[in-house]
Amino acid sequence: MDQRYPEKNCAITGIGQSEVSRGATKSALELTVDAALEAIADAGLSRADIDGIATWPGASDVTTGFSPVGIPSLQDALRLKLGWYCGGGEMPGQYGAVFEAIGAIAANLCNNVLIFRTVYEATARKASFANSLLRAGTRAQGMFSWYAPYYNYAAAMQQALFFNRYVHESGIKPEQQAQIAINQRRNASLNPKAIYRTPITLDDYFNGRIIATPLRIFDCDLPCDGATAIIVSRMDIARDLPNPPIRIEAVGTNMHYRNEWTQLDALATQAQPAVAEMMWSRTDLKPKDVRLAQLYDGFSFHTINWLENFGFCKRFEAGDFIADGKRIALEGELPLNTSGGALSAGRLHAYGAVHEACTQMWSRAGERQVAGEPDVCATSTAGGPLAGAMLLVRD
Amino acid sequence: MRLHDLTRAMINGSTTGPAPGVDRDMSNAMPPRALPLLDNDNTAYWTGGANAELLIHRCSDCGYYVHPPVNFCPDCEGRKVAPHPVSGKGTVETFTVVHQQWVPGLKVPYVLALVTIAEQDGVRLAGNIVNCEPEEVSFGMPVKVLFEQNEDVWVPLFEPDPDAGAA
Repeated sequence: MDQRYPEKNCAITGIGQSEVSRGATKSALELTVDAALEAIADAGLSRADIDGIATWPGASDVTTGFSPVGIPSLQDALRLKLGWYCGGGEMPGQYGAVFEAIGAIAANLCNNVLIFRTVYEATARKASFANSLLRAGTRAQGMFSWYAPYYNYAAAMQQALFFNRYVHESGIKPEQQAQIAINQRRNASLNPKAIYRTPITLDDYFNGRIIATPLRIFDCDLPCDGATAIIVSRMDIARDLPNPPIRIEAVGTNMHYRNEWTQLDALATQAQPAVAEMMWSRTDLKPKDVRLAQLYDGFSFHTINWLENFGFCKRFEAGDFIADGKRIALEGELPLNTSGGALSAGRLHAYGAVHEACTQMWSRAGERQVAGEPDVCATSTAGGPLAGAMLLVRD
Repeated sequence: MRLHDLTRAMINGSTTGPAPGVDRDMSNAMPPRALPLLDNDNTAYWTGGANAELLIHRCSDCGYYVHPPVNFCPDCEGRKVAPHPVSGKGTVETFTVVHQQWVPGLKVPYVLALVTIAEQDGVRLAGNIVNCEPEEVSFGMPVKVLFEQNEDVWVPLFEPDPDAGAA
């Protein structure tokens, strides 16, 4: 192993996922336990082998469903004995938890880290319009306070500011942008766990209401209830486990841009170019070696941005790259968000993407399985000023 | 500052009055705006409108505008940074026309924008663009500030600048 890059000494060895729904039959903690136990068993490990936990962003205000379960609850439920744990939100996007685990394994603080992400947003929304950070009645603080008075109720609006600038600079056409949603719905139709499985046409897409220009309803991810877990193990252990190790070949974690949501330098590209560049600097592999892409899709434009920022196409040419939908289809040169992603399978918030990456690389994807046993996957998290990237390689 | 609009809002018995232009029908007010918690750093920005001034922190040594405000100039490393009135003019860096009615009473469509101040690239202020139709808003459009009082906060908003381009 190249000692400069400790991520190469870490591998995903098991995955688990709870039921995923628009209204769970179980509590958020129960979903988390379901996912965790499935991942531990999938890795060929037992509870006693798990000596680390990491999560993003840690337990937060339960009324929003954004992150109802934190490490203390899960550690207690499973009675784990941990050498190390870490949960928090100020990281390079959702995969920050994986990056922390790499450091902890390198520091010999632990050997097998359980990483989880639980959302309960579908149930939360049945109780109230709970998502907004910027509700009247309580005074806003921190960086979001600069937006607060402007009827700025949702991430869709905050991020539409980036996306509309992208449209302005790139000239992408609405019928091109639509291909992300159409492709993912088609993939979801082949995924028994996806929430929305009926394929959509371009007409369906345009019949969807406008949320905030340039976003239509099908460009937005789908709040759901569900938990995902992965096990990241040190490579020498991983080699003795049943699944072929999915090595973390390279990571991108930097923060080179101004990180305030309103002051982000790169409005049109978001914070991803430097993160992707860093990832590529830590591997000999190139974009042409990638067989599979699971790119963040909180909104379709995140995915469009990542296609360019990873270098799968040139700057501001993603519209042409996806225009006919063929390159990004399951049968194409770069199968994209093959589970249906957050837009159709459910907003599992990046961990759905890494779960799907492993599902494909272990050839477990059933009807939606990408041919040729894909062995290199690029995956990414988050948008706006947040970004994290990983390149995964099946050993 | 459009005092008549402020006065009109006060006559209607509302200190969280609708923005002029956002609410074209006074009989149906917008929902209350969420307001920022005022602190040592941001009070100048959110209350300058009381004197019809848009106050942005500026380095006393080199003149660099520091926003969001903090007592450190990232350009010259000066530590004397203080609120300074700017022209209130700027351009629309980016915007979105919001169509989703997120809460009851919200009148759509309306515009959320980031405005770059005329004095310095990269200083961006969030705001609604008012006193024009949403479809009239464009990238690079010249705008100027106006204020709407909500409780102890003078919320900066922006409207088309009819003087832009004039010598």
